[in-house]
Amino acid sequence: MKRSQFIAFSCWITALVATLGSLFFSEVMQFPPCVLCWYQRIAMYPLVLIFTVGAFRRPEATFAFAAPLAFVGWFTAFYHNLLHYGIIPESASPCLEGVSCSTVFINWMGFVTIPMLSWIAFSILLILLFALKRNLSNEK
Amino acid sequence: MKNKVFIYALSGVLLLGAFALAAFLYKNSEKERLSFLASSESELFVRDYSPRYGNPEAKVVISEFLDPECESCRAFYPVVKSLMKEFDDKVQLVLRYAPFHGNSELAIRALEAARFQNKYWEALELLFYTQPQWGDHHHPRPELIFEYLSQMGLDMERLKTDMASPKIQEMIDQDKQDLRALKIRGTPTFFVNGQQLQDFSEEGLRSLLRSEIEKAYP
Repeated sequence: MKRSQFIAFSCWITALVATLGSLFFSEVMQFPPCVLCWYQRIAMYPLVLIFTVGAFRRPEATFAFAAPLAFVGWFTAFYHNLLHYGIIPESASPCLEGVSCSTVFINWMGFVTIPMLSWIAFSILLILLFALKRNLSNEK
Repeated sequence: MKNKVFIYALSGVLLLGAFALAAFLYKNSEKERLSFLASSESELFVRDYSPRYGNPEAKVVISEFLDPECESCRAFYPVVKSLMKEFDDKVQLVLRYAPFHGNSELAIRALEAARFQNKYWEALELLFYTQPQWGDHHHPRPELIFEYLSQMGLDMERLKTDMASPKIQEMIDQDKQDLRALKIRGTPTFFVNGQQLQDFSEEGLRSLLRSEIEKAYP
């Protein structure tokens, strides 16, 4: 396996783990996803398919299709973390009805929360995507 | 290329398998947790202050966590009532509150105040019946609650004073605390002697009741 192929594969695994993880929280543990969670899901779920198609058909196009989604997800997750940790007050949050975006559902080891996991996943994806882009142009 | 397909397919299957296994383990541990709570902390399901219906000596207790403003609770209420009739003196119903909507607490307060005047069940049925009017999610009109209740021959002055009673507030707070302990996020949620109803349907509740009655009245 070429280095770029390995990075593309890592992207795919990251997106798949994040997708299944978020489905585990909502479908198995039955935590209701808040509005911001949904925006992050909208960015994450299609990445699984984009990385699958990219790996087999258009490796060189993967970055162009995946990076915009990863950026949107990353910024939403970043904002969500600010809300979650109380850096932005709840009253300024867009969640007026339904589930509050600052409700803490899990808290592992005192700092790992669901928005934090999401932000970590998008950060890993962005790093991998830029590595993928560089490696692909080097391998040419 | 073939090699690559194999790696992706294998990883996908492994991850999906891990997901299914984790889901299975989680569900099992939740079941165990609930049955442990049922045996060690039965007051989580049944509180002394809660409204009760049916034979107080009955060994099979349905704990229904309901919200007067929830449509499914309204739709399921006749089912619960007919099942209570069907199993008669072997089953009693304990109502707990899950105020998940905007005017739920107001309605609960009014119901509890009606209970002070011994008109609880009539008031509950009336509020369920008129729920589409006062509890419409797009145009809620909570003021209608009082209009409807006043038609029942309640002393409305007294009702309004009683609604502010700290006893009612304590009760709502305790129910909310129990909701969190039991991880209840939807209404109605039923427990029969601490066993959670999994299949939410008339047949599901009937068969759960049957199996608990067999255990309690061998």
